[in-house]
Amino acid sequence: MDNKNTKGWLYLLPAFLFLGAFLIYPLIDVFVYSFEEGYNSASQTFSGTGLYNYSYVLHDPYFLRAVQNTLILVVITVPLSTGLALLISVALSSVKPLRDLFQTIYFLPYVTNTLAVGLVFMILFKKTAYSDGLVNLLIQGFGGNSVDFIGGPYWAKMFVLCFYTVWVVMPFKILILTSALASVNPIYYNAARVDGTPKWRIFTKITLPMISPMIFYLVITGFIGAFKAYSDAVALFGTDLNAAEMNTIVGYVYDMLYGNSGGYPSYASAAAIILFSIVLTITCINLLVSRKHVHY
Amino acid sequence: MDRTKDYLKIEKRARTGRLISNIVIYTLLALWGLIVLFPFYWMLLTSVKSYGSYNAEHVPSFITLSPTLQNYVDAFTTVSLGKYLLNTLIFTLSTTAVMLVVITLAAFAFARLDFKGKNLVFTLFLSLMMIPNELVVITNFTTITNLGMRNTFLGLILPSVTSVFYIYLLKENFAQIPDELYYAAKVDGTSDLRYLRRVMIPICRPTLITIIILKIIECWNSYVWPRLITDNPDYYLVSNGIQEIRENGFGRENIPAMMAAVVVISVPLIVLFLVFRRKVMAGVARGGTKG
Amino acid sequence: MKIVLQNLTKKFPGRSKKSPGEVIAVNDFTFEIPDGKLIGLLGPSGCGKSTALNLICGLQKPTSGKIFFGEDDVTDLPPEYRGVGLVFQNYALYPHLTVLKNITFPLENLRGADRLSKEEMEKKALEAAKLVQLEGLMDRRPSELSGGQQQRVAIARALVKTPRVLLLDEPLSNLDARLRLQTREEIRRIQRQTGVTTIFVTHDQEEAMSISDMIVVMKEGVVQQIGKPQEVYDEPVNLFVARFLGTPPINIFRGRVSGSRLCIGEESVLPLQNIPDQEVTVGIRPEGFLLQKDGPLTCRLTRVEVMGRDVSVVSTHPCSENVSIRSIINAETKVDPDAQNVCFALKPHKLYLFHPRTGERIPFTAG
Repeated sequence: MDNKNTKGWLYLLPAFLFLGAFLIYPLIDVFVYSFEEGYNSASQTFSGTGLYNYSYVLHDPYFLRAVQNTLILVVITVPLSTGLALLISVALSSVKPLRDLFQTIYFLPYVTNTLAVGLVFMILFKKTAYSDGLVNLLIQGFGGNSVDFIGGPYWAKMFVLCFYTVWVVMPFKILILTSALASVNPIYYNAARVDGTPKWRIFTKITLPMISPMIFYLVITGFIGAFKAYSDAVALFGTDLNAAEMNTIVGYVYDMLYGNSGGYPSYASAAAIILFSIVLTITCINLLVSRKHVHY
Repeated sequence: MDRTKDYLKIEKRARTGRLISNIVIYTLLALWGLIVLFPFYWMLLTSVKSYGSYNAEHVPSFITLSPTLQNYVDAFTTVSLGKYLLNTLIFTLSTTAVMLVVITLAAFAFARLDFKGKNLVFTLFLSLMMIPNELVVITNFTTITNLGMRNTFLGLILPSVTSVFYIYLLKENFAQIPDELYYAAKVDGTSDLRYLRRVMIPICRPTLITIIILKIIECWNSYVWPRLITDNPDYYLVSNGIQEIRENGFGRENIPAMMAAVVVISVPLIVLFLVFRRKVMAGVARGGTKG
Repeated sequence: MKIVLQNLTKKFPGRSKKSPGEVIAVNDFTFEIPDGKLIGLLGPSGCGKSTALNLICGLQKPTSGKIFFGEDDVTDLPPEYRGVGLVFQNYALYPHLTVLKNITFPLENLRGADRLSKEEMEKKALEAAKLVQLEGLMDRRPSELSGGQQQRVAIARALVKTPRVLLLDEPLSNLDARLRLQTREEIRRIQRQTGVTTIFVTHDQEEAMSISDMIVVMKEGVVQQIGKPQEVYDEPVNLFVARFLGTPPINIFRGRVSGSRLCIGEESVLPLQNIPDQEVTVGIRPEGFLLQKDGPLTCRLTRVEVMGRDVSVVSTHPCSENVSIRSIINAETKVDPDAQNVCFALKPHKLYLFHPRTGERIPFTAG
C-alpha cells in the first residue's frame, strides 16, 4: 500500500518541482516583494515593510499613463472585436462555398509572431521622410490629412494599437464563435422558419441566447487578455514604451523589473498585484452579470 | 388566381432577398479576408523589392516587376537571423520535449494511479490554472538571475516546462481509456511505465499532437520571458531578434531586409498550421488563448 | 385545406465521392389529401417519408413536381408563407424559453394587419395549451417537463397560429410505450377537435393504423399503397405492404399453383379459379389459419402461447420463408401442446398470392 502511494507521488514529482519553483513560490514571493520597502537588488536587502511600494506606483505618472492606455485599449477592443467576430462568424456560418478557405485565412494571425507582423503594421502606418506610408496615402486619396500613426499624436497611436490588437485577437474569437454557432441544433432554425420568424428575430431570440455562454466566455477572456496587453505595443512602438506614451500596465511591470528604468522588483510586484486585483474584480463582475443573462 | 399571383411575388421577393444577403455576406467576408491577408502580402512584396527601388517609391507600388532575393541573403548575413532561428528551434524543441515527459507522467498519475490525497492535489492543481504568468514572472526573473542562468538555454527553458492546463487536458483523455485495458495489462505482468508507453500514449496520440502543436506555437512566439532573461544576442530568440533587428539591425531604414527577416520568421509556423490545419484549430478551440 | 401532391420528386446528390450517383428520396409522389383528414405516412426508416414531410412544409424544395394547398401552387413558396404547423421528432422546443414563450413564439412573428397584442397572444396560447391540457405548466422550462409534456407543448406551438396544415414528424418515437398509446389518442382527439388537415410520419404501422383516416405506405421513395387502414391491411397490393402491416406479421410461404390448386410443399391447401399454373409466394395472415384435424396444411408444432383471448400457435414448415409460423386462433379451440404436428385449414380472404420476383399481388378467386 505504501509502495503505491510513493509511486503516485513519484510520477508527480517533476511536475511538482517545476510548479513549486516557478509558480507557487513566485506567487507567494510577489506579495512579499510588494511589501518590502527600499529593496536593493544588488545586495538583496530591504529597509522595512509597508505599503510604500503601492503608493509609489499609484503616484507614478508613467503608471497612471499605463493604466489609462490599458483601460482605453480594453474598453475599445473587447466590445469591438467580440462584435466584429460575431458578425463575421454569423456571416461565415450562413454560407457554404468558400467557408473553409475563409476560415483558414481568418485564423492566420493566430499562428504568426506578434512582434514580426507588428513590424509590418508599423510600416503600413508609419510616416517617414521617404514615404507617408500606405495608410496615409489612402487617407490622402480620400482627401484627408496624413498623420503619423507611429510617432505622432496620441489618438493616432492609440488607433493603431487598437487596430492591431483587434487584428491579433480576432482569429480566436471567430474560431470559438463559429464552432458555437455550428453547435446550435439546426432543428431550432427549421422550427423558427416554419413559424415565419424573420431572420433578425431568429438571431436575437434563438441564436444569441443559445451561444450566449460562449460570448460571455469570450468577453471574460477578452477582458483578461486586453488587460495583459504588452507585446502588441512593443511590436508597434518599440521597447521604450514610456517614451512613446503607449505603455501598458504589464509593460510598466516589465520596465520596472528590467530595462532602462529597471531594477525595482518591489515596484514591479506592487504594480502586478494592482493589475490583478483590477482583473479579478472585473472578472467577478462579469461572472455575476453573466449569471443573470446567460441562459442555462 | 389572385392568390397565385401573390405567391409568385412572394417567391420572387424571397429569391431577391437571398441574393442580396449573399452579396452582402460575401462582401463582408472578402473584406475581412483582405484585412487579414494584406499585411502578409505586403511583407512578402516588400521583402522582394530591392533597397533602392523601395526607397525610391514615394507612393509604394502594389507589385514589383524586378523581384530580388538579395534581402533574404542580407537577412542571414548582415544580422544573425540564422542564429536566432537556431536558438528558437533549440528552445522550442527542448521545452516541448521536456514538457511532454513532465505532463505525461503527471497526467498518468492523476488518471491511473491511486494514492492518498490524489483528489485534493488535483483540485489544488486546477486552481493553479488561475495564476497569471505576469504575477510570477517577477520572482522567476530573480530566481534565474540568482542561479546565474541568465543567457543560458536552461534559464530560458526551465520556467515553461510545465503547464497545468495541458496536464488537465491529457488527464481527461487518459481517463477515457477503459479500466479493463489496464487490468488486462496487469494480469499479463505489464509494468505501469510500460503500460503508459505501449497503451496509453498510442491511444492518446491525437491529444498529444494537439498539445505539441500548441506548445510549439507558444514557444515560437514567446517574447516576454526571453527578453527578460537574455541580453546577449547569442541567445536571442526570433521575437527578440526581430526587435533587435528593428532597433539596431540593418540600419533603421532597410525595410525590405527587415521584411525578409519577418517572412523567414513567419513561414515555419504558417506551414505548420497549413499542414495541421484541423488539428490546430480544434486544439485552440478546446482551450488555447493567445499569449 | 385539401393538399395535392403532383409527381413530387426529390433527388439528393451523392453524399461522398465513392458513391457519386444521386439518391432519389421521393419518387413521383402523387396524392390528393382530402380536407380535415388525419393521414399517416408510413414506411421503414430511409423510405423518404420525412423528406416528403419536409417538401410539404417547404423546408426542402422538390426536384420536380408540384404541391398545391387548396387551389394555390405553393411549390416554391418559402415555409414561412405556407401556414403550416410542424412538430419535430425531438420537438425543437427552445430550451431558453418558458412553455408560454415557446407557444407564443410563432404569434410574435406576425406583422402588419395580423399583429396581436400581448393579451391576445396570451389568450391564444392559453387556448392552445388547454387543447393539449397543459394549462398548469406555462411557466416551466422545457427541461423541467416530461417527454409527453414536451410533445404537447410542441403540438400547442404548432397549432397556436391556426395553421392550414399540421405536420408531425415521428411524433411518438421519443415516448415510452404507455405514453405512446395515450398520446396517439390525444393526437386523434386534437385533430378531430380542430379539424385541421394533419399529416404525420411514422415507422410504426400499429400507430399509423390505429389513428389515421388514411395511410400512405412508402418504400425507397416510392409510394406503395394509399388507402384506409383496414383496406390496405385487407388488400395489400404487394408483398412489401403485406409484410409491413400487421402484428404479428404475415406468414410467407413458397408455393405453386398447379391445376387450379394452390400447393405448399406437397400439400394442396386451397382450390383456386381463374389462375394459370405458376410459382407463387403465399402470404397468410396469422388470423387466416383454422385449426382442423384434417386440415390440408401440416406444420411441425414448436409451442403454444396462451394470450388469454387468443392462442398463438408457433410452428415450422419446410416451405416457410419465416423462421417460424405464427398463427392466432380462438382460445376456445383446444390445442395439444405435446402434439408433433398441427393441421390447418386456411381462410381464403386472409391469404394472398404474390409474384415471387416482383412481389406484385396476383388476384385469384377461391374455388
